[in-house]
Amino acid sequence: MSTLSAAPPALRATNLTVSYNDVRALDGVGVIVETGSICGLVGVNGSGKSTLFKALMGLLVPAAGTVELYGRTSREARQRGLVAYVPQAEDVDWDFPVSVADVVAMGRYGLMGPSRRASAADRAAVDAALERVGLAGLRRRQIGELSGGQRKRAFVARSIAQDARLLLLDEPFAGVDRSSEATLTTLLQELRDEGRSVLMSTHDLAGVSQLCDSAVLLHNRVLARGRPSDVLTPSNLALAFGGALEIREP
Amino acid sequence: MDLLNWLTEPLQYGFLTRALIVTVAAAVVSAVLSCWLILMGWSLMGDAVSHAVLPGVALAYIVGIPFSIGAFVFGAGAVALIGVVRSTTKLKPDTVIGVVFTALFAAGLAIVSSTPSQIDLLHILFGNVLGVTDGELWQVLILGAVTLAVVLFKRRDLTLLAFDRTHAHVIGLNTKFLSALLLGLLALSVVVGLQAVGIILVVAMLITPGATAFLLTRSFDRMLVLAVGITVAASLAGIYASYYLDISTGAAVVLAQSLVFTVVYLVARPNGVLWQRLRVRRSRRRSPSAEAHVGDAPAGAVS
Ligand SMILES: Nc1ncnc2c1ncn2[C@@H]1O[C@H](COP(=O)(O)OP(=O)(O)O)[C@@H](O)[C@H]1O
Ligand SMILES: [Mg+2]
Repeated sequence: MSTLSAAPPALRATNLTVSYNDVRALDGVGVIVETGSICGLVGVNGSGKSTLFKALMGLLVPAAGTVELYGRTSREARQRGLVAYVPQAEDVDWDFPVSVADVVAMGRYGLMGPSRRASAADRAAVDAALERVGLAGLRRRQIGELSGGQRKRAFVARSIAQDARLLLLDEPFAGVDRSSEATLTTLLQELRDEGRSVLMSTHDLAGVSQLCDSAVLLHNRVLARGRPSDVLTPSNLALAFGGALEIREP
Repeated sequence: MDLLNWLTEPLQYGFLTRALIVTVAAAVVSAVLSCWLILMGWSLMGDAVSHAVLPGVALAYIVGIPFSIGAFVFGAGAVALIGVVRSTTKLKPDTVIGVVFTALFAAGLAIVSSTPSQIDLLHILFGNVLGVTDGELWQVLILGAVTLAVVLFKRRDLTLLAFDRTHAHVIGLNTKFLSALLLGLLALSVVVGLQAVGIILVVAMLITPGATAFLLTRSFDRMLVLAVGITVAASLAGIYASYYLDISTGAAVVLAQSLVFTVVYLVARPNGVLWQRLRVRRSRRRSPSAEAHVGDAPAGAVS
């Protein structure tokens, strides 16, 4: 990866520290995602992955540390529509009466007027995004009437419609079957190759080495970070996962 | 007696026509709001706001200002108080709501009981739609129109807020403002609705139509239309039932809504309880071992 010294990375978090009451969820966490790269955030349940996303999006105020997105504050980056978030499946109300196309259109709201009435350009962007993720035929389905992989693609389509530069995906491969996983992987690679940047949390280790340009091993603090092959060593993984681990070979 | 006669007879009376207009207007505003409230999980909040307006209504009568001003001040005040207590303690939301609204309701009762001659408590609690004055009619129509206009203008943002607050935040929308707006609209629709059915039952108009419509459709726009249609039909049925059967208007309207909910709950496809039972029985008869197929299995949730 070439790093022009002038251009700031897509994401630079330094020394992030977050506590919930007495639980320290993040302790001095530093993460860098270079522009046009995919970074995998690996850790067990409770290791602070979702908390890190919340801190990056400004949903909680860290006790210490800074967040910079494309050299801007998180707030500035959000207001410019640079950031998109794909929530973990548990955080979505799948019974909510919205269609797939409605969800994707929500990616355009930041670009619309105050009543969020879609222009021809907005509708075209929604159509293109749906087409791109292969959900054009299912656009009228209620969002919960999709399979696990299709649901993820619908939310990625929302990020595409938004034209976000940085995608934050919390557990995109959880509850997704193997063939959908391959589709999603290809999609993320294409987005990266257009110059977008991705930070995704996962515990699918095989996926990380295939898909990611860099990896961060998290256990409330950063255990290791760098190239996936350097990070996901047996000794590091034993630290992060406490031995209870099976590596799924593709 | 022919049907036309039956329908027009009550309308000879000016007070009944006014009651009809107020009830339908209030019911429509509440039904529209209800679609967002039930999706936000704010039904209890509607109950809280409606009870909390009692001191405001009582004070308004004593001071001699329009009841809507007093009601709105206390409704919005209750919401703000709940917000403050929630954000400064670790109490669960329903606990905070319960503490605040019962306190305000009790304060209202105390005020009313200390000035017994001026205020008819029963009218405030259970509505007095048959005694609505022209002034009150206009308050309802104007506040209702304002509420509807704001809700419909911001409807996409409010739906986004209810569906995915995090996304709203991430694309730079002000989610605190949107929440406050929806709560303010809730307070306004309580003010509008209590004229029709009173403080105790107004929450029914803010929950039941949306809940009924939710059982019937998986599209938000259709849910809005259905909620309004159901509530208009129930209001008309309630008014006529109240006239011909001589029962309380507020009670009749709410009962009519509950009746529609019950029928939908039992028979609506595909979610109706009776349909599900029937399907299970049929599939059992066809192949004794087969499980009833209940749509796509939800995506496996791996945390
Ligand atoms: N809202 C919350 N209140 C209290 N503790 C929390 C909250 N959210 C997360 N935690 C705790 O913080 C730690 C990190 O959680 P989380 O960020 O959700 O981890 P992950 O996403 O990696 O599973 C866990 O110990 C969890 O119990
Ligand atoms: Mg998580």
